[in-house]
Amino acid sequence: MPDITLSALAAQLFTGLVLGGILVFLATGLSLIFGLMGVVNFAHGSLYMLGAYFGFFLWGLTRSYWAALIIAPLMVGLFGVIVERTMIRRLYGRGPDDPLLLTFGLSLALVEAVKLVWGKVGLVLDPPAQLAGAVDLGFMKFPAFRLFVIAVTAVVLVGLWLFLEKTNVGLIVRAGARDPLMVRALGIDLGRVWLLVFGLGIAMAGLAGILAGPLRGVYAEMGVEIIIECFVVVVVGGMGSLPGAVVAGLLIGEVVSLTTYFAPKLTEIVVFLVMAVVLLVRPSGLFGEPGLAE
Amino acid sequence: MRVLYRVLAAYPSVSIVVFFAILPFVVPYKALATQVLVYGLFALGFNLLYGYTGLLSFGHAAYFGLGAYGAGIALAKIGWTSVWVALALGVSAAAVGGAIIGFFALRRRGIYFAMLTLAFAQLLYFVAFHMASVTGGDDGLRGIPTLTLGLLAWRIPLGNPTNFHFFALALVAVAIFALRRILDSPFGAVLAAIRENTDRAQACGYDVQRVKLVSFVFSAAFTGLAGALDALRITVVPVEALYWSTSGQAVIMTLLGGAGTFFGPFVGAGTFLVLQDRLAIVTEAWPLVIGLIFMAFVLFLPQGIWGTLLARIDGHHGDDSAAQA
Amino acid sequence: MTSLTRRRFLATTGVTAGAVLAGPHFLRRVSAQASGPIKIGFPLPLTGPFGAIAADQKRGAELAVDEINAKGGVMGRKFEVLFRDDELKPATGAQRTKELIEGQGVDFIVGGLAAHVQMAINEQTKKAGKLFISISQSDEISAKPDTSPITFHEALNPTITGRVVGSWALQNLGKKYWIVYADYAWGKQNNAVFTDVITKGGGQVIGSTPYPLGKPEFSAHLPKIQAAKPEVLLGAVPGADGVSFLKQVGSFGMKKEMKLLMPLHFLFLAKEGGADVFADVYAGTSFYWELGSSNANAKKFVDASMKKFNVPPDGYAGYGYSGILEVARGVELAKSTDSEQVAKALRANPTYDHYKGKQYWRGCDNKAFQDMWILKGRAAAQVKGDWGYFDTVAKVAADERHERTCAEKGHV
Repeated sequence: MPDITLSALAAQLFTGLVLGGILVFLATGLSLIFGLMGVVNFAHGSLYMLGAYFGFFLWGLTRSYWAALIIAPLMVGLFGVIVERTMIRRLYGRGPDDPLLLTFGLSLALVEAVKLVWGKVGLVLDPPAQLAGAVDLGFMKFPAFRLFVIAVTAVVLVGLWLFLEKTNVGLIVRAGARDPLMVRALGIDLGRVWLLVFGLGIAMAGLAGILAGPLRGVYAEMGVEIIIECFVVVVVGGMGSLPGAVVAGLLIGEVVSLTTYFAPKLTEIVVFLVMAVVLLVRPSGLFGEPGLAE
Repeated sequence: MRVLYRVLAAYPSVSIVVFFAILPFVVPYKALATQVLVYGLFALGFNLLYGYTGLLSFGHAAYFGLGAYGAGIALAKIGWTSVWVALALGVSAAAVGGAIIGFFALRRRGIYFAMLTLAFAQLLYFVAFHMASVTGGDDGLRGIPTLTLGLLAWRIPLGNPTNFHFFALALVAVAIFALRRILDSPFGAVLAAIRENTDRAQACGYDVQRVKLVSFVFSAAFTGLAGALDALRITVVPVEALYWSTSGQAVIMTLLGGAGTFFGPFVGAGTFLVLQDRLAIVTEAWPLVIGLIFMAFVLFLPQGIWGTLLARIDGHHGDDSAAQA
Repeated sequence: MTSLTRRRFLATTGVTAGAVLAGPHFLRRVSAQASGPIKIGFPLPLTGPFGAIAADQKRGAELAVDEINAKGGVMGRKFEVLFRDDELKPATGAQRTKELIEGQGVDFIVGGLAAHVQMAINEQTKKAGKLFISISQSDEISAKPDTSPITFHEALNPTITGRVVGSWALQNLGKKYWIVYADYAWGKQNNAVFTDVITKGGGQVIGSTPYPLGKPEFSAHLPKIQAAKPEVLLGAVPGADGVSFLKQVGSFGMKKEMKLLMPLHFLFLAKEGGADVFADVYAGTSFYWELGSSNANAKKFVDASMKKFNVPPDGYAGYGYSGILEVARGVELAKSTDSEQVAKALRANPTYDHYKGKQYWRGCDNKAFQDMWILKGRAAAQVKGDWGYFDTVAKVAADERHERTCAEKGHV
């Protein structure tokens, strides 16, 4: 058992927020897509990976990480929308397994496609010069880029909340999630709104990717490794619940981070232990509504 | 063609056995046929729970791995030399695992049930990974000897691919006939009722939880037999046998072939494995091709290959005899 | 579509599919031939996270085959290498080996990158009686109970690497060590060997930190390590994890405070991480292309690789190259493609030198002994051309004291 010093603990808590932030981006997108469209998107991890690769590509074009940070998620979101329109759309009304199988095939294909275009060797995506060093927080030094990731997470979450709570479109989304029939009966075109939300969810996955690139490197398998954690977070939070995805993402990020430090052997298993405990105690996850995923 | 389908529908179990008796002489190398046979059994076990009972499990690797480790540890670590003992240990381990995991996981339904099964399987993976003295850890369990089967007066060396294939086929045939009996029995009818409408089955007075658990254990046992056979087949037990990617293979093969059909799992296993085998020789980008083929199947052949074929026959001839296949 | 057309369609598809699958089987005799090319099966992880290193292995093997066939082959028969993707999975490795032996009728197997995969391959080759030259790093493959008279191990292993790099570091870098290692077989083995070497050599391991493989998050450990002030930080951290490790260590400014050491350097990892990440990092290697300036065989090897692929060979290419050439040499000596005969011939004539200097097989365990070098990462400004990432700091000649004794490995 390593020593419990304040700085070590604080460092792990902050690192947990970074990991949690990435998971939150992925889980909110996944949860939204499941909650509204009943689609279990197995390709979510690959879209995260695409975000990192597109980010690398854009950085190569513009030499600006900031430009890449804005444009890459949009590119990924657009890609997701095209996939939905051309392929997933045909599967509605067929049953829950078909989108799962399709997106599984897509994830396989994307990993290989990316290697064909960019090669088998992982790529280097550096954080911008302004964020390259470490920040002295007084009781410890913490890498600036990681603080940036935490900040972006907070900003995007606030933005999302504002969008859902304070805008008309957000109102439609919330109403549509609760009672789609009624919303349609009121004459509102839910299809367009859901497409927007879908694109948003996918774009967030892409954003997570370009944020993770400088932390973990850019390589084709990065999505496959994170997708399972992602599913665990969504289930723990409750399928289709946005607050659930946020809380669960941060919680699991912290749990993994602390476990890595205090009990490294358990790191692989701790997410599943948390999930098993949560599910056995609260049947539909922390914030989930019963009946949504059965 | 119609006659062929009628025969297949009337004698499904025999048809599968005959098919696999011929397969080794048709495919490029015999071990491929055996791989299809063993993984077909894996998918069959999964399909009992998913296609027939309506419960999607993401953690079937647990029973495959328990079966494999059960047989492997018996032969390599404890030193018993009997094939039958090893297989029995493997199947029992898987069945017990199924009983325990099923007991907990069945408290929930839908995607939550699926994720619980995944959690337990990952827990087993982690245990196997770290208990290296028993399981070999991430290096895998090696040292499984090539056995000679003693059957009455005969000695059949199982190192020969043809011998092993027919040995495995004999066991898989038993499993298939057993499954057929289960499905054709009143118990099988209750499974169908639960799949179609669980609440209604409950309302009709069936002890749904108990029936689900029994189905779970049977499913685990069949899967465990597949795992034990695979351990004998490749004479190692890699720790990846317990990983979620192995569970994923069973799901993919079943869906590809046609869930809830009798032949589906084997058709799916055959298609997936043969395609992968042949494609991998031709190109390094084979996962891309497989991924695209999957997507095409899902878009245009949603009931799986076999399921679609059955539906076509049903639709065209308007008879129900094919439904049992 | 009328039923007649549909039936015909299904039938035609079925027959065509059957022909595609079965055709090769019927058209070709499957057993190992006495004439025709000598076939070597080569399983390697073409897909998966180590694809770049597998590509290195493949290039080395292809160069070897070119060289052999340019001389007319062996015993008048050309060589053919059949590459198969093992996906870094033992079950797939075993299946591909079955396909190579049973379906393709290969005479020998060379290959493997991951330790657990090559052991699964080895189980198949042992049972089929085919010679297997493993080019993967593993302590077990050449020891009982895994090894066999027809199992040869060309590559380095954690024991040799640890003893060589560890003792050199003890003499040249410092006495106080901190070890960070991945919590799986390779990482644990490295940790054990380095700790042993350092403590027995009069040094001190003041701390060791395991971490879960695939989760390279070190930010919490690094301040503690800095506070302990080791002279050398050893990272037994493989692949992409290693790149993350070095990046994080760099971002905490630790490169200025202590020396950085890893067991082995790989050219393609340096390319992936970039010179800034690998600058001033010490590690061992089995081969580095700049050796071409001081060794004639190395120059030939490097030049051939640059000419054919425009990429220099690295350690694993060397193993692939040497492995295939050793099979050829064994066949030539034994005047046979029988695996046992070839194995005996190689043991009877154990010395060889294909690309970097003298190597030899130890008789009891078929273990290859070879020279190693210590490398140091160059600063970004000093990198030569596209591939000159490392300075060669020292050469360590082959020595059986670097490895466990025959008795320790179970051979009596």
